[in-house]
Amino acid sequence: MKSRYSIFSLARNALSYHEKWPQAWRSPEPKKSYDAVIVGGGGHGLVTAYYLAKEHGLTNIAVIEKGWLGGGNTGRNTTIVRSNYMWDESAALYEHSLKLWEKMSKELNYNVMFSQRGVLNLAHTLNEVRITKRRINANRLNGIDSEWIEPEQVKEWIPLIDLRAKGRYPVFGGSLQRRGGTARHDAVAWGYARAADALGVDIIQQCAVEGFDIEDGEVKGVRTSKGTIQTKKVGIVVAGHAGVIANMAGFKLPINSRPLQALVSEPVKPCVHCVVMSGAVHAYISQSDKGELVIGAGADSYNGYSQWGSNPVTEDTLAAICELYPMFRRMRMMRQWGGVVDISPDASPIMGLSPVKGMYLNCGWGTGGFKATPGSGHIFADTMAHDRPHPIAEPFALDRFKTGFLVDEHAAAGVAH
Amino acid sequence: MAQRYRLSKGGRIDRDRLIDFTYDGRKLQGYQGDTLASALIANGRHLVGRSFKYHRPRGFLAAGAEEPNALMQIGTGARTVADVKATQVELYQGLTASPVNAWPSVKYDLGAVNQAFSKLFPSGFYYKTFMWPHSAWHFYERVIRSAAGLGKAPDKPDPDFYDKRYAHADVLVAGAGPAGLAAALAAGRSGARVILVDEQPETGGSLLASRDEIDGKPGTSWAEQAVAELRAMDNVRILTRTIAFGYYDHNWIALLESLTDHLAEKPDDVPRQRFWKVRAKQVVLATGAIERPLVFRDNDRPGIMLANAAQSYVNRWAVKPGETAVLFANNDGAYQAALDMKAAGIQIAAAVDLRQDPSGPRTEAARAAGIDILAGHAITETQGGHRVNRIKVAPMSEDGKQLAGSGQTLECDLVAMSGGWNPTVHLHSQSRGKLRFDSDIASFVPDFAVQAERSAGACNGTFGLAAVLAEGETAGRAAAEAAGFSPAAANGHYKAASDGFTPARWLWLTPSTKPVGHGGKHFVDFQNDVTAADLHLALREGYTSVEHVKRYTTTGMGTDQGKTSNVNALGIVSEYRELPIEELGVTTFRPPYTPVTFGAWGGRDVEEFFDPTRKTPMHSWHERAGAAFEDVGLWKRPWYYPKAGETMHDAVQRESKAARESLGVLDATTLGRIDIQGPDSGEFLNRIYTNGWKTLKPGFCRYGLMLGEDGMVRDDGVTACLGENHYLMHTTTGGAADVLAHLEEYLQTEWPELQVYLTTVTEQYATAAIAGPNARKLLAELTGDIDVSPEAFPFMTFREGHVAGVWARVSRISFSGELSFEINVEAHNGLHMWQTIIAAGEKYAITPYGTETMHVLRAEKGFIIVGQETDGTVTPMDLGMEKLCSTKKEFVGRRSLTRPDMLDPNRKQLVGLLPDNPKDILEEGAQLVETVRPEPPMAMVGHVSSSYMSPTLGRAFALALIKGGQHKHGQKVYAPMTGDKTIACTITSPVFFDPEGERLRG
Repeated sequence: MKSRYSIFSLARNALSYHEKWPQAWRSPEPKKSYDAVIVGGGGHGLVTAYYLAKEHGLTNIAVIEKGWLGGGNTGRNTTIVRSNYMWDESAALYEHSLKLWEKMSKELNYNVMFSQRGVLNLAHTLNEVRITKRRINANRLNGIDSEWIEPEQVKEWIPLIDLRAKGRYPVFGGSLQRRGGTARHDAVAWGYARAADALGVDIIQQCAVEGFDIEDGEVKGVRTSKGTIQTKKVGIVVAGHAGVIANMAGFKLPINSRPLQALVSEPVKPCVHCVVMSGAVHAYISQSDKGELVIGAGADSYNGYSQWGSNPVTEDTLAAICELYPMFRRMRMMRQWGGVVDISPDASPIMGLSPVKGMYLNCGWGTGGFKATPGSGHIFADTMAHDRPHPIAEPFALDRFKTGFLVDEHAAAGVAH
Repeated sequence: MAQRYRLSKGGRIDRDRLIDFTYDGRKLQGYQGDTLASALIANGRHLVGRSFKYHRPRGFLAAGAEEPNALMQIGTGARTVADVKATQVELYQGLTASPVNAWPSVKYDLGAVNQAFSKLFPSGFYYKTFMWPHSAWHFYERVIRSAAGLGKAPDKPDPDFYDKRYAHADVLVAGAGPAGLAAALAAGRSGARVILVDEQPETGGSLLASRDEIDGKPGTSWAEQAVAELRAMDNVRILTRTIAFGYYDHNWIALLESLTDHLAEKPDDVPRQRFWKVRAKQVVLATGAIERPLVFRDNDRPGIMLANAAQSYVNRWAVKPGETAVLFANNDGAYQAALDMKAAGIQIAAAVDLRQDPSGPRTEAARAAGIDILAGHAITETQGGHRVNRIKVAPMSEDGKQLAGSGQTLECDLVAMSGGWNPTVHLHSQSRGKLRFDSDIASFVPDFAVQAERSAGACNGTFGLAAVLAEGETAGRAAAEAAGFSPAAANGHYKAASDGFTPARWLWLTPSTKPVGHGGKHFVDFQNDVTAADLHLALREGYTSVEHVKRYTTTGMGTDQGKTSNVNALGIVSEYRELPIEELGVTTFRPPYTPVTFGAWGGRDVEEFFDPTRKTPMHSWHERAGAAFEDVGLWKRPWYYPKAGETMHDAVQRESKAARESLGVLDATTLGRIDIQGPDSGEFLNRIYTNGWKTLKPGFCRYGLMLGEDGMVRDDGVTACLGENHYLMHTTTGGAADVLAHLEEYLQTEWPELQVYLTTVTEQYATAAIAGPNARKLLAELTGDIDVSPEAFPFMTFREGHVAGVWARVSRISFSGELSFEINVEAHNGLHMWQTIIAAGEKYAITPYGTETMHVLRAEKGFIIVGQETDGTVTPMDLGMEKLCSTKKEFVGRRSLTRPDMLDPNRKQLVGLLPDNPKDILEEGAQLVETVRPEPPMAMVGHVSSSYMSPTLGRAFALALIKGGQHKHGQKVYAPMTGDKTIACTITSPVFFDPEGERLRG
């Protein structure tokens, strides 16, 4: 790596007024051709490029990004990381990812502030208890940490919660994944960008895809706002716009794109120590290292590409927060925004080959893509390098909507669709 | 001395009303009309905060919503609020406030030790360290977290309540300054319904803080007159203490009205805040402008504030923010602040002007008033621990990039700075209106509107009072006209000064004796401690896009959301990158304009109103009977009826036994009911349900299975044919609303040719299901006109007549497996029916049972519950219900059932389970394996969906979904639980009781 980050390098650079820090990544112009082009400079795309370079020996790689890297859902989510998914296929995927999270800062030499502060999912009805226990048991037998906790333990984890003093719904308990937590989302994009750049990957920002050159069902190049780039391998990793890009390549994806919103409060001293999610009242909350309460809301009930989300969703979400944490009624919303999520029919991602040879798909992450970032890219790089799905990606192939082999994660996604 | 810095006259304060308040534990006094900020200044308090990262001493930068430094914890206990800007708090008797982010006090703050290490803490330093040892981030993070955060969240439930209100307007005017008042007058006079909102307790906006005149009288008098005229109009509503904070689609504006925060006594019956949702035909934005700080070395000491803030404190609140002031400005308009301060008795040590050749009417007036102007000079250094006490100034080179010559030192306790003005374009931008960079004022102004809105006055980049008033008037008239009114011609022009704040000189970064970053700090974002050097660092490291700069340095991300920092940051970035500022773009303006209380968003939708609670007409009886309730959808359903000393287990055993052996009764009111009429209703049902419906005759009922498009079971229930082309569909309790939506979606989007009308009638009926061997006998006693004999009233039919003396529809259907009748009466007769049944059933020891017993009874029969045995991944075949899927017709989901995976024999299928130990009740949700391993992972073959202790079977049993289970009856599976406990079970048929159905048909 070109310049190692550490307390010592900080001290050394302080002597030169921090004027000697090198660029974290270059800003190259696109070359005429690449061995592989990743469309989409978000977390998943950057990780893909990183692993293609690191583990598969490709060095002539470009990541092209319409806006600025990490500017899509990577930089708009509520940064929750967990792997306690119910189905074996999903659990394998997210656990693979969680293991990479655990060593990410060190591997990248970039502190992504992965904080395993625990993720708590509350159960408010008997049916939720049943579903939660089913998931916990599945996690346990898959070797993934996950435990049931009783209401009094919930109170220990989140002392401010109103278990049922005046609340509409009681809290019967919840599931806890201690290894789950949060990370600094921008740092993930930046850390991988820096690491990929160091391996020779060209990250080209402000470069929009305008079409593809496809001959006899094989991809030959990508037409961009900065000219045509020849390549035989294209990875489509564009959360929020996968359907749009697929259209350019001449095929359709079973995806609905909808705004999903989030908001933060003004910063306060630590008062929420873990991530708390509630499906029934529909709100999840954590506290950033800066002190802001970070609150995830639901997706709009209609399709759209606006990056802010509709007002009634904000109202419902904050009503739910006020319901569960009556003291937070006096907290104030400082900023609210949205991201566009691509939701597939079974709320699981689509990963693998596409109808066009040489073109690979990694999309449909819905509301849960952030936590999958390292695993998704790692598996996808392998898939692209070998022109066949990585074993973990196999169940997530596009053709499952034809065969019916669905991985239905609606219940686990945490937000309603 | 109390209020030592209060001017002897002037200001919009009520000197007869002295107010006591507590600041940082000290008792102080101010006047009615003060803000907390002006009262603190009156008492000479300038050190009012510590910055986020370096804990540098900070004072007031501003006098309004843009204040980044003076953040307070207001109030105590359950009513405390964190991070409130002192400039936005109205003073009231008994107010308590303390600065945030300082310990033990703002004067002696331990966190200030950070300043010593500040060289190690440039922007993004945390990305570069805390990585060793690998596991230690958790520790570092704890330290960082407790150091971060500003105020404290309350830890007790909020005692206040919040309200919401809808309103419609022809013209909404945001901001009641000169432009807004002129707009509201013009629109109001046309007869348009006008809503005029302003965040301040009184209208007038910038006029409140200036000595400008309009039509020959003081601006404040003009404003008072304008408001008086508006108040007299029936079609005008004026909302003060109300901020328009969000501009959403379709001219939907969100307002927040503050009702009790400024009151010493909080009335119980008044909401703390009211959230207004206004739909306006036209919107006039008259939100003014925010002054821009100058970015110079150590520009953050207490006593360094915006010129307009100093002017406001003097004029509006009659307080002296200092004894000796230096004006530091780049424009002509700022000199008015110096003139006003001088008039108030503040000594002006000098005016340091970045312009080489200062000119303009106010500059000239200042010169004439004897103010010493240092042209082409910069402040190069500031000194003072808790308050600025000395500054150094020096002449600059012509290009303003460096110093040219030695300077001088000036003593002062106030620096009033002005870098020009930024139009408050937030709402325009939120409405998706576009911005352009106006190089005349070096800031962003509205380019064009996307929604029906127009900006007027300073927020439109128009400065100079006469022009502001004229633009307001024009905007008000245009808005009224666009809303369909005919405003009369303007009655002459407002007469006022015409000068804007230019001429000005734009220098984004003021040079000092050392290069930026080499000594001292040039603050850009005060709250988040972002300096010019931090911006340079971000750019140097490749974080070049505006969004990257913002996120890497956190500039503009504080509670003030960059109101004073964003444009300066853009200017500095533009200069460093040598790109015109307009090519950089701006970061998106997000709602809200100022922070908005969560409680206001929630409104009344909290506690018992969070979701409506649905209760059956028999609810009061269940309560009296001591029922425990279960939430099912929005309904409260009796879960079980414990007698004294009974556990849930005891009660359920007793209740099930009673239903099997004599008579039980269940409140089944909550099932969803949809009335279906129209000539195509039969065809519609035929398409919606998997089974055939065309043969169903009036008087008969049929069980139906409903799939989603994906072929998965979505709902089930019994539908009765009430007459020709008339059906009554029953849905699951929780699924009713979704099913109705599903049906409507198909009717409206897929089959618009079908003439079918759906009406939800769930609430029109009350239903009691009587079940057990004595059910028929009881029914016979309660009805005179229904023949209940098995021949006359067979299974899966219904009869209408009278039960308990009231009209009833009785269906002979069974979810318990017993002989059972569901008696439906009009909802208002529900309690009467129920009580009659209970009284008449006494001789059969009739036993009310709840949902838990219902579950046991139906599970013994192998009846599924949608949502329990199914989870959106279960097909009819998986449930052994393939016979219910017609092969002769199309139905929703049929095509999906032919997909290869649907035919896989190894799909999870519904089975029964008998634990080897009859006392082992499996956990619902337990996962099942065929081979137990000492450690995970273990391959799972299925899971337990329902599990109970059955008094009838005398043992525990369960329903489960197991891979290929239909062909595995008799085989063993195991449920490995926590703590090394493994429960061995045998797979069986899912029907445990009366497999031939003799009882329910009998």
